[in-house]
Amino acid sequence: MSTTLPGRLREAGELPAPLPVTPPPASARSRALRSRVRSALVHALLAGLTLAVLVPFVWMVSSSLKHDNQVFSVPVQWVPTEFVWSNYADIWTRIPMLTYLRNSLFLAVTITFLQVLTGSFAAYGFAKVRFPGRDVLFLAYIATIAVPWQAYMVPQYILMQKAGLTNTFTSLILLQAFGAFGVFLMRQYYMTIPDELCEAARIDGLSEYGIWARIVLPLSRPALASLALLTFVHTWNDYMGPFIYLTSNELWTVQLGLRSFVGLYDAEYAMIMTGSVISVLPILLVFLLGQRYFIQGIATAGMKG
Amino acid sequence: MALTDASRPALRRHGDPRQVRRNTLIGWSFILPNFLGFAALTLLPVVAALGLSFMKWNSYSDPEWVGLANFERMLGNETFWVALKNTTYYAAGHIPLTMAAALGLAILLNEKLRGVGFFRTALFFPYITSLVAVAVVWNMLFNPTAGPVNLLLEALGVADPPGWTTSSDWAMPAVIITSVWRDMGYYMVIYLAGLQAIPPEYYEAAQVDGANAWQRFRNVTLPCLRPTTFLVLVMVTVGSFKVFDLIVVMTDGGPGRATTVLSQLIYREGIREGRFGYASAISLVLFLIVLTVTVLQFKVQERRER
Repeated sequence: MSTTLPGRLREAGELPAPLPVTPPPASARSRALRSRVRSALVHALLAGLTLAVLVPFVWMVSSSLKHDNQVFSVPVQWVPTEFVWSNYADIWTRIPMLTYLRNSLFLAVTITFLQVLTGSFAAYGFAKVRFPGRDVLFLAYIATIAVPWQAYMVPQYILMQKAGLTNTFTSLILLQAFGAFGVFLMRQYYMTIPDELCEAARIDGLSEYGIWARIVLPLSRPALASLALLTFVHTWNDYMGPFIYLTSNELWTVQLGLRSFVGLYDAEYAMIMTGSVISVLPILLVFLLGQRYFIQGIATAGMKG
Repeated sequence: MALTDASRPALRRHGDPRQVRRNTLIGWSFILPNFLGFAALTLLPVVAALGLSFMKWNSYSDPEWVGLANFERMLGNETFWVALKNTTYYAAGHIPLTMAAALGLAILLNEKLRGVGFFRTALFFPYITSLVAVAVVWNMLFNPTAGPVNLLLEALGVADPPGWTTSSDWAMPAVIITSVWRDMGYYMVIYLAGLQAIPPEYYEAAQVDGANAWQRFRNVTLPCLRPTTFLVLVMVTVGSFKVFDLIVVMTDGGPGRATTVLSQLIYREGIREGRFGYASAISLVLFLIVLTVTVLQFKVQERRER
């Protein structure tokens, strides 16, 4: 790839590069041709790479519509000969999928709501109110983002055990709703809102809480959306938290339920893939609705870190 | 509104002590709801982990100060060394491959082409797919006898394709491939933001000076991307050393101990076996490794800037 990439980049030509040997009209035409060939090449390359990246999803969906013994056919059958839709009807009785989905949804929504609320509230204190000790405190927040969670999961677990909260949703909600990431992301965004705007509101007699609620919050809608979507997806997909804290089957999330199904019936390939598809669908939906905000959120958190 | 008018300049100057006190109260009132949870459930555990690693404590006994005994035991334990080696192996594969893939894709996506939005969406999607589904699908793709990966390799003329997750030599590469596939879209987005922040005038100037594409990449793109690359490097590194869920779901550390990593050891010792002190000692080592690597990267970055 590295040998062809410079070649293609050379033909980039944002500015017409004067070629001394070729006469002007011919070079203009060949440049137009070259730039078209070039974008066709990049297109083809991107399409190929994207297809390769999406192959696992194709396999997942295609296998979920097969019988178990057709999943590993040689050669690979990308389109099932017979569509076994019944997999999607049977899974609800094979495992308590509905309960799992409900648990995941409850956790994801509650945690997202609390994280966005407390995160954006705290971020205002860090971004728009000046007081001694503020920056040291913010540093403590940032520092913990860099500490791997595994390094303090044992004390957290002891704390929850002593409080009698293991095997409850409360433990997970408490652990994940007050993360430093939300504060960080929102603060980065608030810093881009001009202070003059808040000053003007102060002159008009708004309290700081009023400024937060009526000026800053409405202006930060894109950042709120980013944080909400990232938190939702993160909680929905979380495996380790529920794995450590939730032991009773009726509290399990989709991820735990799917994993346990795989462990128990590892030869039911088609049904496993059906479960996988169902576990991914809500995320796909959320992602397609708000993908702009995902990308923006990651770019914001990244660029100013 | 005399009061608010008076408060305005004070916010800037921090002059009046009464004003400072008022701002401090207001500031804290915003931060407090989040801070309570953060202090109790993140800050306190972080500090506690440090202390616990010098104590002997399990579910049945009271904590007791034992100095460096946990560390001695850890250094004498073979599984610890295996896990350390595996974690390093994973990081050594995951970090460069993820960064190269992310940068490559970002450069392609930075072209002004029709349909770029679709490609970006599709390439990003693996990152937000649930990990269990990812692990389960890739385990099937890597199936040694009938998985598509090996069927493809056979079609390409590889006579004896690897056993992937069933082989102790190939399980880690399989995990690394899966994790690169999953993570590259995330860092691609960060790289893309970095690329778009490079002023086009730089490229134009380079072109006027007769720089070819490779020279422009070396002398414009890479230097301008340095802050982004540094950020990505730190993020990927931290992520690599704390790898956990993917391995738990995909191989559970096996076959044998071929993919057992440090954070798994912390989970087993600390939460399953209830050896809080010993597990905290391993956590401290994990943290120190991440810290050292990050600080080293900072130093290198600093020297380059000069």
